Amino acid sequence: MKFKPWTPFLFLLPGCMILGAFIFYPMLQAIWLSFTDYNMIVPAPNFVGMENYEALFQDDLFWKTLTNTLIYLVCVVPALVILPIFLAILVNQKLKGIGFFRSAYYIPVVTSWVVAGIAWEWVYAENGVMNFLLQSIGIIDDPVHWLTSTNTALFAVMAVTVWKGLGYYMVIYLAGLQAIPDDLYEAATIDGASWWQKTIRITIPMLTPSIVIVSVMSSIAAMKVFEEIYIMTGGGPLNSSKTLVFFIYQEAFDKLNMGYASAAGVVLFLITLVFSIINLLIARKKEQSVA
Amino acid sequence: MKTQHNKIGTETHTSAQLSSLQKSIIKAGKIIVNYVLLLLIMAIMVGPFVWLFATALKSGNENIFAYPPKFIPESPTLSNFPAALEAFPFWRYLMNSVIVAVFTVLLNIIFCSMAAYPLARMKFRGKNVIFILILSTMMIPFQLLMIPVYILALDLGLKNTYAGLILPHATTAFGVFLMRQAFLSVPHELDESARMDGANSFQIFWRVLMPLVKPSIVTLAIFTFVMAWGDFLWPLIVLDDQSMYTLPLGLQKLTGLFSSNWRIIAAGSILSVIPIMTIFIILQRYFISGATKGAIKG
Repeated sequence: MKFKPWTPFLFLLPGCMILGAFIFYPMLQAIWLSFTDYNMIVPAPNFVGMENYEALFQDDLFWKTLTNTLIYLVCVVPALVILPIFLAILVNQKLKGIGFFRSAYYIPVVTSWVVAGIAWEWVYAENGVMNFLLQSIGIIDDPVHWLTSTNTALFAVMAVTVWKGLGYYMVIYLAGLQAIPDDLYEAATIDGASWWQKTIRITIPMLTPSIVIVSVMSSIAAMKVFEEIYIMTGGGPLNSSKTLVFFIYQEAFDKLNMGYASAAGVVLFLITLVFSIINLLIARKKEQSVA
Repeated sequence: MKTQHNKIGTETHTSAQLSSLQKSIIKAGKIIVNYVLLLLIMAIMVGPFVWLFATALKSGNENIFAYPPKFIPESPTLSNFPAALEAFPFWRYLMNSVIVAVFTVLLNIIFCSMAAYPLARMKFRGKNVIFILILSTMMIPFQLLMIPVYILALDLGLKNTYAGLILPHATTAFGVFLMRQAFLSVPHELDESARMDGANSFQIFWRVLMPLVKPSIVTLAIFTFVMAWGDFLWPLIVLDDQSMYTLPLGLQKLTGLFSSNWRIIAAGSILSVIPIMTIFIILQRYFISGATKGAIKG
């Protein structure tokens, strides 16, 4: 096919300009800023070497928020990897009105975090539905201040993160389920396998590629958690629900410590990069085994 | 002999009938269990919104903090909705959200498709490097970029502007990837015959290829729309002029101002989900197929 040598680049230009200006250039600048004392007040950033990183590693709040983020990851990821599998199996059946249920489960995914957060603040209120339900079945005796107590705030928000993500990961598993050939199940049925045996021996192994995708996606998302915290607890009480991104946000935009916040951002980037690389390695291994 | 045969016949018939009756009971039981589970999960997934909606319908005379909580309003009223419209500039925020979402979607469709076209259908030096560089942007968290992008937005005078909200998200690597996949699936003979007819590269792209990849364009449009519509972190950073707020930000502000008036907050929340819910209900199958394609970006 014939075209002028610069034609491909003309087509690439607008998109690459956006990505260059708003991702590549800022990326390099963020790394540079993390070695400076830039705070928006002094006109030019001064190079300070590793000072920000040294200060960061001695900052109790940084460790507190990093720990909270890792607790978040450890609790939310298994829930978001496992629960949607069963949800997908449930809605993959041929039942009347099943499409309606699938769509209903997807509603939290399309709602903005602000509305979801408001709805759950109301559920978690002292005289709210959550306390009422748990008291009626006898799990708790007195109403719990879910979002304003240091013991529960982080976990209460986690539950909402899981709730909002279920529908999305369910759809990913649903696509995986529909790719499993029916004759596998038919053969197992003839051999007298129970539902549970079929799930463990056929469904879960056949879903492995989707499970890997969901694990990586939900891990990266957990590292970046911010909106639900900002809206429901504001990081409180006493920083008990403050996450790493919240820390970066406050350092950068409340205290204007741009250099310091960038250093924390680089730490975040390096952690998420580990997950991305794991993902790439698994994808490559899969390609090789196919070839 | 004949009677005996008949007798045996009847017996086997009854036992077969019994087992098929048992089978259908088990089958019905399974169906009931399934529906009970489906409804229970639905209560968890949409319950919080229903509870919020019920609160929005409660009149000023009713104690919304009553315990045990009351799901059905005593005397349902719509009066909280006009009150919410007065409490915050809903229409202004709706307009801001629509402008930002629509332009983000349009720019993504144009820029991502344009970038994807040579990557899918032309041979040139540096193609693979460019494609890998574009894909690598998916690994960089916006939470790291937000600081320099904010500084850049200040330098370019983009603070409190629509352009400031739109441009940083005007191209996504996922969009380029999606459109490249779509262009790869179109047979090459089509653009060759178009070129024979004297069409140039742009005409082939715009008139021949774009109409053939409409389903992917719809997927990209919905994906980008949901992202732009619900975005919270970037508007929170780049906007401090309240008249530029998008709906999520405006609603968040409302909860701060009326923290004691849950009826108004509930009504405002319900109002602000109406647009996205309407679009979701109309286009739900595209939303769900789009989510599946989105998963490859992982």
